[in-house]
Amino acid sequence: MTFSGWGRYPRLESRLIEPISTFEIEESLGGSGQWGPSIIARGAGRSYGDSALAETLVSTRYLDNFSSLTTSEHGYTVLRCASGMSLEKVLETIIPKGLFLPVLPGAKAVTVGGAIAADVHGKNHHIDGSFCDHVESMQVLLATGEIINCNRDAYPELFHATCGGMGLTGIILDAAIKLVPMSSLDIAQRTLVADSLQDCMELMDEHHESKYSVAWIDCLASGAAQGRSVLYLGEHVDEKDAREKSKSGRRGLRAIKRSELKIPFDAPSFLLNKHTMMGFNSAYYALQKSRGAPKRIDYDAFFFPLERLRNWNRLYGSKGFLQYQLAVPQESAHACISAVLSCVSHAGKGSFLSVLKKFGKANNNLLSFPIEGYTLALDFKYEDSLFPLLDKLDAIVLEHGGRLYLAKDARMSKECFRRSYRQWEQFAELKQKLDPRGQFSSLQSRRLGLG
Amino acid sequence: MNILLIGANSAIATAVARLYASDGHGLFLVGRDLAKLETLRDDLTVRGAGGVALVELDITHTARHTELIERAQTALGGIDLAIICHGVLPDQQICERDFTALQASLDVNVISTMSLLVELGNYFEKQGSGSLAVITSVAGDRGRRSNYVYGASKAMISTFLEGLRGRLHDSGVNVIDIRPGLVDSPMTRELEKGPLFSTPDRVARCIVKGIRKNRTTLYAPGYWRFVMLVVKAIPQRLFKRLRF
Repeated sequence: MTFSGWGRYPRLESRLIEPISTFEIEESLGGSGQWGPSIIARGAGRSYGDSALAETLVSTRYLDNFSSLTTSEHGYTVLRCASGMSLEKVLETIIPKGLFLPVLPGAKAVTVGGAIAADVHGKNHHIDGSFCDHVESMQVLLATGEIINCNRDAYPELFHATCGGMGLTGIILDAAIKLVPMSSLDIAQRTLVADSLQDCMELMDEHHESKYSVAWIDCLASGAAQGRSVLYLGEHVDEKDAREKSKSGRRGLRAIKRSELKIPFDAPSFLLNKHTMMGFNSAYYALQKSRGAPKRIDYDAFFFPLERLRNWNRLYGSKGFLQYQLAVPQESAHACISAVLSCVSHAGKGSFLSVLKKFGKANNNLLSFPIEGYTLALDFKYEDSLFPLLDKLDAIVLEHGGRLYLAKDARMSKECFRRSYRQWEQFAELKQKLDPRGQFSSLQSRRLGLG
Repeated sequence: MNILLIGANSAIATAVARLYASDGHGLFLVGRDLAKLETLRDDLTVRGAGGVALVELDITHTARHTELIERAQTALGGIDLAIICHGVLPDQQICERDFTALQASLDVNVISTMSLLVELGNYFEKQGSGSLAVITSVAGDRGRRSNYVYGASKAMISTFLEGLRGRLHDSGVNVIDIRPGLVDSPMTRELEKGPLFSTPDRVARCIVKGIRKNRTTLYAPGYWRFVMLVVKAIPQRLFKRLRF
């Protein structure tokens, strides 16, 4: 079968294995190595590029059970579940109990294993850090067939390499995640409009205390309008304090299920061109500018606006798309992002899904993406002429001390990776020790020189 | 509601159990693999099940069925709903050469199921209430050359259920014949998947809804009723030439 990441570029003919239990994986892996030399775990297939592409894919779809939900002596609740469980399914079960996930990426189909492997972040990174900062422990199956239960104290090297390690240390089998309490399904959202990049970044700094903050940015606007953006701020509504009944409060705490639209075919890619995108962006900006009043929306609409179109990746046409997500330190953020935007709008190649977000402190996982500063994500429809532009962007990012998100990457060079992920050597050393034959490898890991 | 689930480790049964657990129902699980049953018990407990008990049993040991139903009844404090989900998909080509293999599949798909139906039929008749659901298959609707051993075993159960339904009707007990279509699950791992395949989750939602509505013959998902209507209408003259 042919597989690809969410961006549908690149594609690879692979063998898919769907083990029905941990035991089955353990046997096949520890035994004769019958799965062949190049295998990588695959969850929901929601990384964008080639992180979950290899000759042999081990699907975690049947590793989808909960193990326990316990309240610790310190008063917080910990959920233990298998790695193939999607965040959406986790929410369905924990919301009725008044609990919520501490970090949510923009896609709810993502699995727990995938969220750990990419150490995903959400709109609250500046306050709460990334997904793995809330993972207490996890079980990892190594290339030797050995299962290791690791946390920050036991096997800390394995733990910090596996968090954000793109599945290269082994197969994540299950994890214990700290949950947070919630009393309402609603988020109180405020919308602020910024006329320029400088404005937007100042607004984000000013509203640093806001629990959730993310900006949509018009990456095609140039000149004085460069960086014009719409900043969304959000706070959980506290039902105990709120006098008024929320729309959802009456129904009690139940996960929200929306009917989803499916795009039955690939959109003709000529629909996405410089002119349609500029038109769309201008209209969107004007619309948001006209209705900035604070409002309450449910968490599903707030966190997963794109998921209403279940397969929105087909909008970019049959050749797919690439997402380019960079992180850059605070001090050089404005210069870097401004240079990137100029480059993109000059080439006229961006699209409508461009996101700017403030990052909080980095953690000490070896390959985790976030660094304190800002992150910018841009979507590009696949076309051959795109790659020289992205190479140019790489140079800008490197020059400003930034890096690219491995979960989105499909084309970064080994040199670019090594210059931006300074702990790569430490990771490669540990990988050599854990997996000397290099059994766990993806197209991405080989491209980046990680075996 | 107190639910007895036989063959609890099957993909469809697990998905059904999860739906009932999240609504707070109590469950008694029967299956062959203890470790997997325990994993499922923990999963259902997190989801909110109102108590989960389990028994490890090779269901072909029909001599132990009486005791099994008694234990379930004691553990649950009465059974409101029993769902029989266990089954095997035998390799048709092996069965054509090897009668022992064919017979072994019948032990699981037919003999053990009928033994359970005798026990449960009497239990529910005496109780004067409850629902008895069995997973058969759309494969039982026609004898296809590619899969007729499995199809025949499922047809036998369907016919048996039809008669039992009539008998238990007077006692206010509903008998449900659940016929899933092609399901993308571990049972069909070796098959190539086409557009007619659906997921265990989707099938489970159909089942829970059908049981709630006291349906009798339940195609899951519902579009299989129409697919099979067409398949059943194909005359023998033509059907014998079909290769599917």
